Amino acid sequence: MPSKNEFDVIIIGGGITGAGTARDCAMRGLKVLLIERHDIATGATGRNHGLLHSGARYAVKDSESAEECIRENKILRSIASNCVEDTGGLFITLLEDEEAGFGLDYQQKFIDACLRAGIEARAISPSEAREMEPSVNPSLIGAVVVPDGSVDPFRLCAANVTDAAMHGAKVLVYTEFIDFIREGDTILGVKVLDTRTGLKAEYRAPVTVNAAGIWGHGVAQKAGVHIGMYPAKGALLVFGHRVNNVVINRCRKSADGDILVPGDSVTVIGTTSTKIPFEECDHMEVTPEEVRLLLREGCALCPALASTRILRAYAGVRPLVADDSDPTGRSISRGIVCLDHETRDGVKGFVSITGGKLMTYRLMAELATDLVCRKLGVNQACSTAETPLPGSVDGRIETVSKRFEGKVTAGQKGAAGRQGDLAGKLRFDSEADKQLVCECENVTLAEIKYAVAELGVRTLGDLRRRTRVGMGTCQGTLCIRKAAKALAEALGDPSLESKLAADYLDERWKGMRAVGWGDTLREMEFMQRVYKFEKPYSYDEI
Amino acid sequence: MQENNISTGNFEQCQKCSLCETVCPVMANNPDYGGPKRSGPDGQRYRLKNGIFYDDSLKYCLNCKRCEVACPSGVRIADLIQQARIEFSQKSPKLRDVMLASTDQMGPLASAVAPIVNFSLGLAPVKGLLDFTIGLDHRRTLPKYSSETFVHWFNKNAASRQDSYKKHISYFHGCYANYNYPQLAKDFVAVMNAFGYGVHLIEGERCCGVAKIANGMIPAATRDAKANMSAFSKSLVKGRDIITVSTTCTMTLLEEYPELLKVDNSGIKEHISLVEPFLYKAIESGELKPVWKEGWKARAAYHCPCHQERLGLGIFTTELLKMIPGLELTELESNCCGIAGTYGFKKENFKVSQMIGKKLFDDIASAAPEFVACECETCKWQIEMSTGVPVKNPVSILAEALDLEKTSELNCR
Repeated sequence: MPSKNEFDVIIIGGGITGAGTARDCAMRGLKVLLIERHDIATGATGRNHGLLHSGARYAVKDSESAEECIRENKILRSIASNCVEDTGGLFITLLEDEEAGFGLDYQQKFIDACLRAGIEARAISPSEAREMEPSVNPSLIGAVVVPDGSVDPFRLCAANVTDAAMHGAKVLVYTEFIDFIREGDTILGVKVLDTRTGLKAEYRAPVTVNAAGIWGHGVAQKAGVHIGMYPAKGALLVFGHRVNNVVINRCRKSADGDILVPGDSVTVIGTTSTKIPFEECDHMEVTPEEVRLLLREGCALCPALASTRILRAYAGVRPLVADDSDPTGRSISRGIVCLDHETRDGVKGFVSITGGKLMTYRLMAELATDLVCRKLGVNQACSTAETPLPGSVDGRIETVSKRFEGKVTAGQKGAAGRQGDLAGKLRFDSEADKQLVCECENVTLAEIKYAVAELGVRTLGDLRRRTRVGMGTCQGTLCIRKAAKALAEALGDPSLESKLAADYLDERWKGMRAVGWGDTLREMEFMQRVYKFEKPYSYDEI
Repeated sequence: MQENNISTGNFEQCQKCSLCETVCPVMANNPDYGGPKRSGPDGQRYRLKNGIFYDDSLKYCLNCKRCEVACPSGVRIADLIQQARIEFSQKSPKLRDVMLASTDQMGPLASAVAPIVNFSLGLAPVKGLLDFTIGLDHRRTLPKYSSETFVHWFNKNAASRQDSYKKHISYFHGCYANYNYPQLAKDFVAVMNAFGYGVHLIEGERCCGVAKIANGMIPAATRDAKANMSAFSKSLVKGRDIITVSTTCTMTLLEEYPELLKVDNSGIKEHISLVEPFLYKAIESGELKPVWKEGWKARAAYHCPCHQERLGLGIFTTELLKMIPGLELTELESNCCGIAGTYGFKKENFKVSQMIGKKLFDDIASAAPEFVACECETCKWQIEMSTGVPVKNPVSILAEALDLEKTSELNCR
């Protein structure tokens, strides 16, 4: 009889790749364990644009990626309607692009490449572009419409994890991979550490999947396997509100700061690309140079950014993978990298899935799961492309908000937008449940209770990723005590309240510091004022 | 690295400090209203994302603009709310709202048959019917109409002598002084004439449009605004500044035209002034010399209307009134009276309207003045109905307290 610590497959990494793989494996009937050292979506998954690529960006240079993107784009629209928004996208040409050799000739080449890849791309006039997106740089000389959109990576990742769990997967967050259990050339399972309790445990499975993003480099090393990975830092800025409602890209060779994405209640500009040492991956800071560069390039897409408040800056790490076919290790593999370490390195029971992008996570998961199933001798077809994710069965905000009784409040509409059809699980039993905790983002006490009960929330950061609590203009200054109290009570330890709030504010502060001027600086002053007095000096100190 | 922050109504400047919520008279009295921060800057962010986040409760905002006075970040909170109502409200104005808002259309009709209208509107069955049919609250005392409009009176009795003065101003009388209370306008003419100004009507003056804005009749309000701006331009060509008596009309001409109706008033707004600051500055500088009636005495309490607070002009009125030797003046704590133009006339708002005004009514009762001094006509209706204490416009107080003849002798030479 199998013990509770035995599984068919163990997946390391609670980013979108691991979450997607857990879902796929679970849906194919495997007994799944997903481990994540922090919370879900804390690595690169939660630190990107949130762009639902049409694939147009890759069309000219990399038709394979472009085709993958548009296929997955269409799939995500149908299975993750609650996580994506059909904003449409523009690729604009500016005079300076023309001077740099990316003029309207290039635009035609771009359109042709898009069409070959199956991406609907259509040139429109500058005036049509200005009408479609009034914030676009008015001096543009050409524009192409493509089916870009925005995707909420937190929501997408949470939906995959939730679905995996609904199909029987065991999900352990705050559980760090320490080492493999190994016998000869076979990986038998993993040793883990519960980072909150300090307790160690062992879990066994015939196959372990390394889906740890850039941290997968270290995971592979523990198996004695080398994957040539390069951490490439990408910095982004979040603006205070939606400046644009259509994604704006530059129609030229991909470069820094050339994508502007409207996501939920904000707009995000990104990104940069800098190779960094592995040691930096766990504590990245956005530099003034990066901020300057992003602002400069952002203003070329949308001049209003020069006078729009920046809420914060953040950075993620792309896991770039050296192409196995190049013995020098210098060329980077562009697409998905799915490695069977048995055939590649002679290590049995170990698979790595990496490379790729947020957009193609489902395909990555499918490839990895196919490999896992082959190893386990399971013959089950993938159904993730046809089955809607939880929350997205009928998750449009218009439909969901109609289901609440009586007059629909802002908090209920907010929850409908975030939780999709699962918002029906929110319990508005008392007046207090209807009260907004986070007023910037319309988060009610009911939604917080739901997230804590059903979505595996331990910290306010976790709560933020599930509900957007504290993500708005005040970055938690006005709401975080209320949220901390609710969370501490729900976790059964009211004494946690101050610690939870302080950890959250420290993290917010870090993101604000990089853009600490103007109204953001005022907000920081305000935050400091509010919280400085929380622990007054004792008379002895004065 | 960045230029100054620019956003609609400065909504991005909001620090979420919530000071506005502490001064909102509605929030304290109507739990269905989300308050200025949530309805204004917070709501704005989400409305930009999706119009579904427009909340019908924004109609409870009475546009007193106390939130804007309180805001340390310069956010035009009330404007954001009005703008959102204009942009997103799907509901077309009800018959009642159109009737309340069309002060310039109802005025001439009612004035023509004023005795009948006034009599009928005072009758309980009529009030009950209006309440039942169109939702005009039956507990409300309705403003009376005058059988002779100010304009009619002016053209017949005063117009011909105005050219004989050395200095001249144009007078924006507004709907209230014209249709409901011509005595105020007559007092204005008397005072200005005494100080040596010829008073001239503005050819083509229209309603300022504030009631139309409040009731969602934006195209009509915009037409009024444009017509007024072109009429004002003509007046300015003659070198005559535009003097107003109504607080809310003035705020509308100065602030709401560019902010809400997007009607440009630059080059004109600099020449529009409320009568109190105009007179105060001229008397203070010695340009005008008032002569007060011997032995005139009165005890008044000053109520500063919300929009006077927003304009920051209440101080001119109190300083002007303090110049009157025989006037004992109490300044009431600044509180909204609750009527907010047409707001308090609506059945659904009556209760909240009276709850908002309670503090002010109590303060007036304990001050026990002979009358309340106040620049705003709708505050007047509310205070008179709710406290029984008469309300006088500062202009009318001046007309009483000034020795008009001697003032005229001193200023018209």
